[in-house]
Amino acid sequence: MSTDKKELAVAALKNGTVIDHIPTDALFKAVDLLGITHLEKSITIGYNLQSNRLGKKGIIKVADTFFPDEILNRIAIIAPSAVINTIKDFEVIKKEAVSIPDEVIDLVVCNNPKCITRNEPMKSRFDVIDKENVTLKCRYCEHEVSGESIVLK
Amino acid sequence: MEKNSIVSINDISKEEILELLKTATYFEEHPNHKILDGKVIATLFFEPSTRTRLSFETAVNRLGGRIIGFSDPSVSSTSKGETLKDTIIMVSNYVDLIIMRHYLEGAARYASEVTDTPVINAGDGAHQHPSQTMLDLYSIYKTQGSLDNLTVTMVGDLKYGRTVHSLLMALSHFKVKFQFVACEELRMPEEFRTFCDKNGIEYTEHTDFSADVINNSDILYMTRVQRERFTDLMEYERVKDLYNLHNAMLADSKPNLKILHPLPRVNEISQDVDDNPKAYYFQQAQNGLYARQAMICKVLGIKVNN
Repeated sequence: MSTDKKELAVAALKNGTVIDHIPTDALFKAVDLLGITHLEKSITIGYNLQSNRLGKKGIIKVADTFFPDEILNRIAIIAPSAVINTIKDFEVIKKEAVSIPDEVIDLVVCNNPKCITRNEPMKSRFDVIDKENVTLKCRYCEHEVSGESIVLK
Repeated sequence: MEKNSIVSINDISKEEILELLKTATYFEEHPNHKILDGKVIATLFFEPSTRTRLSFETAVNRLGGRIIGFSDPSVSSTSKGETLKDTIIMVSNYVDLIIMRHYLEGAARYASEVTDTPVINAGDGAHQHPSQTMLDLYSIYKTQGSLDNLTVTMVGDLKYGRTVHSLLMALSHFKVKFQFVACEELRMPEEFRTFCDKNGIEYTEHTDFSADVINNSDILYMTRVQRERFTDLMEYERVKDLYNLHNAMLADSKPNLKILHPLPRVNEISQDVDDNPKAYYFQQAQNGLYARQAMICKVLGIKVNN
């Protein structure tokens, strides 16, 4: 398949995780969220790649690393279109869309400057009230954030 | 942990509202009832609010409880940089109930998470002030005999007024029709209009504070239009007197109409309304005492004979 060739053009992965279909503007946030900057494995980050679905997309390939769902689903908050591929022996053994969790703990900043979470050393907590449009509601001040207004901690 | 706290009016079910109103009615008949004998209650006012504090403290005193606390955060450890969490945990060691007011939104929710001691929110910034809503509900219930089949008209600042938003949410449990009267800039926010649409709550919107609107109403809930809410000061000058109530405007109003206002008022209700028996804002404030007595008993799990 032609898409396989494109992915291979970036880097062939024997074992590991490929996170595909990340909107380009969310790519580096996704890198932060995965916390992969401290990993010693080989990592390929593709930026502004061609995508039929998104026009341009980002992709992250991490060798020999498999992330727990909890970490992968963090990406859903900024890139709900992302797809996770698990690779073993050059084969995609699992391909699934990220799923948005019901609550988001200590990941996003409340954008209400008068919110208690902005003024106390504490975890932020949001309930996901609209999974389709990724709208989060602060459990404390009840302000809502979505799309562009979602700022990561 | 949050089970016994009252942080937001939205946490209180219809049944609980009705139970609180019954208890408030009981306390109005028996305001001095020493059921808090031996209890110590903290009133922590991280932001001064004399009216609310006096009302809560009177409620505790009339129930025979003792009070510790502060009314000015500059005398507490907060001014030394202590976190809210530490203050709440420390005070929890001493008391049976914490009544708190804070300038930050969500502070009461957080406090209720860090302690097992019940917390009553006495206002957290522009967010929630459930005892104000309970006293509004009690005032409506008491003067109309029910919370059903009423037309409630909200006038003035419907955009920023947290009291109107909370009252709207609380009344959504009941059969109430709303009339929203405000200028374009202070219109009821979309979030609440959508809420009404979704839940089949009838409402009409008006920019004119007309005789029709007044004469339809069972409750006129007046709020203050504040200059600092306007981005366009010309607009403020244009509308500032449009939503003022004068006695003559009440000539053909319903006999059961009552005029409410969360106070303090400035000139949105003219002084000549005060002597009209339909003016209810001062009694409304007094009702706060009974509503707060009822809330205190609820969070402490005390049942009264009613």
